[in-house]
Parts: sequence; structure tokens; C-alpha cells
Amino acid sequence: MKQTGYLDMELLRFTTAGSVDDGKSTLIGRLLYDSKSIFEDQLEDIEICSRRRGNDEVNLALLTDGLRSEREQGITIDVAYRYFATPKRKFIIADTPGHVQYTRNMVTGASTADLAIILIDARNGILEQTIRHSYIAALLGIPRVVACVNKMDLVDFAENTFEEIKNNYQRVAERLEIKQVTFLPISAKLGDNVVTASANMNWYKGPTLMEILENTPLDREVDTNTRLPVQHVIRPISDQFHDFRGYAGRLSGGILRKGDPVTIFPSGLRSTITAISRHEQQLDKAFTPESITVQLADDIDVSRGDLIAGDGDAPLVEREVTLMICWFNERPAVTGNRYIVMQATRETVAILKTIHHVVNINTLEPETGQDTLRVNDIARVTIKTAKPLVFDPYAKNRVTGSLILVDPDTFETVGGGMILSR
Amino acid sequence: MYTITHLNELESESIYVLREVAAQFERPVILFSGGKDSIVVTHLAHKAFYPSRIPFPLLHVDTGHNFQETIEYRDALVKQLGATLVVASVQDSINAGRVKEETGYSASRNKLQTTTLLDAIEKYKFDAAIGGARRDEEKARAKERFFSHRDEFGQWDPKNQRPELWNIFNGKKNMGEHFRVFPISNWTEMDVWQYIYKERVPVPSLYFTHERDAFLRDGQWLAAEPCIKRKPGEIVQRKKVRCRTIGDITCTGLTLSKANSLEEIIDEIAATRVTERGGRADDKRSENAMEDRKISGYF
Repeated sequence: MKQTGYLDMELLRFTTAGSVDDGKSTLIGRLLYDSKSIFEDQLEDIEICSRRRGNDEVNLALLTDGLRSEREQGITIDVAYRYFATPKRKFIIADTPGHVQYTRNMVTGASTADLAIILIDARNGILEQTIRHSYIAALLGIPRVVACVNKMDLVDFAENTFEEIKNNYQRVAERLEIKQVTFLPISAKLGDNVVTASANMNWYKGPTLMEILENTPLDREVDTNTRLPVQHVIRPISDQFHDFRGYAGRLSGGILRKGDPVTIFPSGLRSTITAISRHEQQLDKAFTPESITVQLADDIDVSRGDLIAGDGDAPLVEREVTLMICWFNERPAVTGNRYIVMQATRETVAILKTIHHVVNINTLEPETGQDTLRVNDIARVTIKTAKPLVFDPYAKNRVTGSLILVDPDTFETVGGGMILSR
Repeated sequence: MYTITHLNELESESIYVLREVAAQFERPVILFSGGKDSIVVTHLAHKAFYPSRIPFPLLHVDTGHNFQETIEYRDALVKQLGATLVVASVQDSINAGRVKEETGYSASRNKLQTTTLLDAIEKYKFDAAIGGARRDEEKARAKERFFSHRDEFGQWDPKNQRPELWNIFNGKKNMGEHFRVFPISNWTEMDVWQYIYKERVPVPSLYFTHERDAFLRDGQWLAAEPCIKRKPGEIVQRKKVRCRTIGDITCTGLTLSKANSLEEIIDEIAATRVTERGGRADDKRSENAMEDRKISGYF
């Protein structure tokens, strides 16, 4: 088949979190290698680097650990993005470090993922880090989890070991309210059930990891409420488009159709969509997450930060919101501190009003009585904003329900928040 | 249920990023090299703001070692889009004593571009420089953000990057600092070509097979042009070649190829076993060549 036949693949973003020894790099290396996404010069590069470091085997981790300090220390510090494609799909891997001190990087990688791969060492079963990685996947609302019981070769490919871990993990998933978990036994090192079905585990009848990645349906729910956060107003000053006023944005929920009645938030003004366009192309309807430009029937005040919403559930408009937050910065957050809030395309100022509790990331128990958030803390907090936020609960919409906090002195991104329902 | 194709999703993401640039910065600029990636970024910018014109000028950092076709293509595109072109010349930086020309067989003006670029950013007070770099190109680039912060010296601090979550991009900065923005971070070489094919984006003729005087150095074909000093024994031959990437002549590897159409280029890339930067002399200088150049303010 001509390669130009592959123009209409779907895109799946997934995340893998893991520590040094759990075989994550080996797994990614194998997915890339077996899908022919590692090139000769890259292999040559890591072969030379492995030798220079005195490694006997080619160290596949060097493929993803791109920064000098990572290679020197042999650890993953930052999120690395990797790409591969099969004839069915294109994939983006957010490869994240798994240690407690890199919780913020895991959160970053998980924020855009459609699926999470959780690696469990067959010899050790479920560890603290397994629970931590799963908690982050659940917290960030990743719709699907694939629990890979790895290193099956080191437990004689035993079915009962797999079943025991599966049962234990199911209890974790229930507790974390992870709805869709798929289990499979693999050996990333030997390739069993990664791309090709295992000859050593005839008792496993399910799909390989690659088959799961290729066939997992992407949630494109049509009943989601229509949301278009306005990014930019397009007003060409030209004879041809004299009265043109277009509202540019990326559809962040549902489907928008020409002729749809809409409400602008927070003003509450009503109007109708008269045109949807993408460049010169006029569309009858647009789908999430397409970037579009729309025109309205009425000449009303709409600007960046406003939300165009379809009929259905209205978004919430509040000046006080409660959220789960992950703190990213070495500079701690103290109750009463002031931050810049960026949420969808809105921006305002907020005060950290209350820290309800900090989650113990290993036991998942809430710990109360803290008035400070430290780096990598995950906590339930309430903020009070100067201008109202226009949002949906994060559980309903990952775009309109998320926000970041920016330090007004350094302008660094210091916190990432997921808004809870009232 | 519906499906969104990967090209549609990538295009939407890139357009979103470009519109964020327009909304968050005062004086953005597109870094335009005449290569396919900056061509795609410019095409996306055209789509993002249509029917308005692209609200940013294009900046070409000109090493003086260009393929003629690149310059012709650039000038035609600027005219067609009604865009503003700013040229920053490495030769001017050399003449002004800002940088010193390398000498010897592997002399290149590639590194010198950094100074010329940073000088231009300062001179025109650009606060966001939009580039066509992709994360699949190179291991240091795999770690870079869409909105990548640069300090007042134009430097990148890879260990202290701002977390970038969901599709919220933080372009806030202090006076004198700027951002590099990479709207096609998530695209691969294949995505770029598929998109060029689907959208019928014109590209310079250098990407298609043509006959050219070339010579072989360290397993890599290079153009026989006066700006590359040949070693004894490096013999010029007439070859059927095409460029897989286009940059300065001194660091643009030529691929022996008969690909004469976008379809053939796409098939060739699907079958190739070497990355596109495998032909770039600038990356072969050391293991962390790209990271080091990026830290000092390179593209």
C-alpha cells in the first residue's frame, strides 16, 4: 500500500510512569524498535554512548534520556515525548520519571494522556509506586489504564502469579475509581505480548499491548456539553472582509453546528452561530478538539477569556473554587499567597484561601492541619479569584476544568489544579 | 462517536498554539529558514488568522550560504502572503566583529547564527520567536516545551523548564526575556510530509530529485559549492540527489534519491532507516551538540 494511504490515522497519547528498574525504558525501546521507529543513526548513537559509559548491553534508556545531566546520572528527570506510528495509529508517548521527587513531571505527562500504562514487576507485585502512579492517572482523569505485569520471564511465566497481582490491582483500581483497566502479562525484555503474542504464556488469550494501543477506542463522546473558549478575535481590516468579526478558539467539548443557539459566559448574552470556518473552508459542524473560527448573528461583546457554550448544562461561574492541586515549585505555597490563574483562555488573580488536606501520595490518606504546600505535594485547596472563573468540573471536562497557578514574582508555573464540583 | 484524524488533531493543536502566541505576546516573529518545517508553520499561521493576514513578520537568519532556490522560494512566499520579511545577516555580524568566521574544512556558519539571531531579537524587541523545531528530531528537542522560556541572555535552562500541562501555555516573562515557541512540537517528519501532501503546500524544488555536483565526506553527500572547502581526494561527481532537510549549505546533507513527487518522498521516508538529522553535520560534532547549542540560544 502507498504510504499516502495513511493520511487518516487516529492519534493516541499515552503515558508511562516508572522507576529505574521496572523495565519502562526497555518497554518503550521495544515498542519503538518493533514498530521500526528507531533509526540506525540513533541506535549507533546509543551504542557508542553505552560503550563510553562501560555498559555491556545497549542501554535503551539513552533513547529517551536526552539531556546531558540525565545521561550522566542515569536517571530520567523530565518528561520526554516519543513518537511512533503503525499502519493503524499514530502514538505520542509521554515518558515520565517515576520517583516521588518527580511527581510534578508525572502529573505533566498525564495531563494530556488518553491512556496510561502502569508497569508492575511480577516479582514484587503491587508496590507503593504502583499505587502512586495509578493515583496520578486517576487524579488527572486518564480514561484508560493498562496494567502490564512485566518480567513474567523471571517468574516462570506463571499464570497464578499474574492472577494474584491482577486481583490485588483490581482492588486498587476500585478504590481509585479507575473505570477501565486492562491487564496483561508481558516480558518487555523478551518481547512477550508486547508486539507479538507470547509463546510462553498460552494461558493468556487476550490481545498484545500493541493491539490494545491500536484498538482502544478514543473517547469522542457526542453528549458532552459544547464549549468553545475564545482565544482571539479575528478582525481583518480589509475591503473584502470589512465587517468580519470571527471568534477563534479550539472546541473543548461536544459538537458545534451552524445555526446553534449559544450563550456567552460570563456575560450570559445569547446569540446564534452563523458560520463556522477553518481557513477558507466553511463547515456545517465542528468537533472537539478542532481549532475553528465562528461568527455570531449578533454584534455583542465577546473577547478572549469568554466561553461560548451550547445549550445543555451551563458552565459554572464562580469566584471561589475548590480543587485538587499539584505543587510544582521549590518555593512553598502558603495560605494567603497571591497567584495569577490561567484557566482555559481566562486569566485572573487568586488568593490561596484554604488548604483542606495534603494527600499522602504513598498511602493516599488525607493529612490535615497543613498551611503550606511543598514541591510535589498534592492537596485539596480552595482559591478565591478576583474575576469569576467559567468552568466545568474536571471530571466532566479536562480543558475547562483545569487551571495553572503562576507566581506573580517569577512568572513560573507553580501549580496545576483540577477543579472539583461544588 | 466520531473520529478526528491525526493530521487534523495536530493542525488544530498547532493553530491553538499560534493563536496563544498572538494573544499573549506583543511582538512575535516567525523564524523562517525556507525549510519544510518553517514552511508548514507559516502555512499554519496563515490558516490560524484567516481572513486576517499573519500578524507576525518572518525573520530569516541568513548565513549567506544559501541554496539559490531557498531565497527564490522565500521571496515568492512573502509576496504571496503579503507578509513582512526581516533578514538578519550572519555576514553583517562577521563584518561588525560580533562573531569570528570558522576556518578549515568543516567550517560552518551554523553556530554563528545564534549571535545574529539574538542580536535581531534584541534589535527588533521580539518577545516570541516561533520556530519549526520538532521533538522527534533530536533527543534534546524531545524535552523542550511548546512555550520555551529564554533568559535575558537568550539562554535555555533545560533543567528548570516550566511544567506545561493540558493546553495551558504560560508566556509570562520579565523585561528582556523572550520565548521560543514550537507549534509543531508533536509532529514527526512523516506528519509534515503527509500534511504538505494533503494541503498541497508548495515546497522548494530542492526537496525533489535533481542533478547536482556533490562530493562524499564521512559517508555523507554534500553540495560542491564554494562555501565548503574540499579536502584533497574529495572528488566532485554529478549525482541525482534531493535534500531531506534544508539549512545552510555547509551542513545540509544530500540524499541520493530519485523521488520526484510528494508521494515518492513519503514512500522514501517510510522506508528509510536513518533520521533526517543523520545527514546534518552540525549534530555530529558531539553527543550533546544540540543541547549545547540550544542552551546558548540556538533555534
